[in-house]
Amino acid sequence: MHDLVAITALGGAEPRVDTVGGVTCTEVPEVALASVAARMGQETSAAKALATLIDAPTPDVGRWAGTMITAFWVGPDQWMVEAPYDSHEGLADQVKATVGDTASVTEQTDAWTRFDLSGDSIPAVLELLCQLDLRRFDKGSAARCSIHHVGCFVICRTPEKVSLYGPRSSAGSLHHAIVTAMRSVQ
Amino acid sequence: MIINHPLLGPRDASEFTYLGDASLINRPDWQADNAAEAFYEYGYLRDNPAGEHQELWYHEAGDRSWLVVTRNTLTHEISKVELARDVARARGRSK
Repeated sequence: MHDLVAITALGGAEPRVDTVGGVTCTEVPEVALASVAARMGQETSAAKALATLIDAPTPDVGRWAGTMITAFWVGPDQWMVEAPYDSHEGLADQVKATVGDTASVTEQTDAWTRFDLSGDSIPAVLELLCQLDLRRFDKGSAARCSIHHVGCFVICRTPEKVSLYGPRSSAGSLHHAIVTAMRSVQ
Repeated sequence: MIINHPLLGPRDASEFTYLGDASLINRPDWQADNAAEAFYEYGYLRDNPAGEHQELWYHEAGDRSWLVVTRNTLTHEISKVELARDVARARGRSK
């Protein structure tokens, strides 16, 4: 049996935490992800099945919703499902069992790395990072955008907590961009 | 240039990539008798209008949807933006 040490996307043994002024950026590795794409003609059934899984109405365009398992809209009839990794290691199988033949499910855990921003000057940081219209970006909003040429998802959990998902292979670049923006707003 | 995405609202053109003429949606039947001629026209022949033009744009840094954008090539005015799948289905395509 190999004795392998788990490391985060940034290569540390522990998640990286950076605080600059009023904003804290936290690396969040403990997330299970699966993408759901409704099959043609099955869009309504897939959305209904997803609603039972997340125990909330399926998120509409540009929204995020759910309870223990949550989902956010990523494209027409497509969603990303997220849940705590410890309790939902087999998330993709669970999602597939729920949606059945109405949708195609792809395991996405560890394809993405997540950074959570918390604090009271998040809008100032996001203004430097992305082109989203922040006046319309309220609690429950989710959007894909380009951050330093890296395609990312931005999710507003609350006005004081925003999650950024970027490709795991670009974790270092994304982290550099975020921390640089945080320093710049001071 | 701003593209008014039918689902997401106004987005900067830098989030999109351009593919070309929206006639690319009309892929010929490869089993037809005149398939070679049809694919030659499909692959190589384009109108180059000075004026209103339908073109395919991809929201690469966004929701990854394909759009059919109706744009005036003289003024860059965008008069219409539709989801390409809606346009394709309206033309009788199944996918």
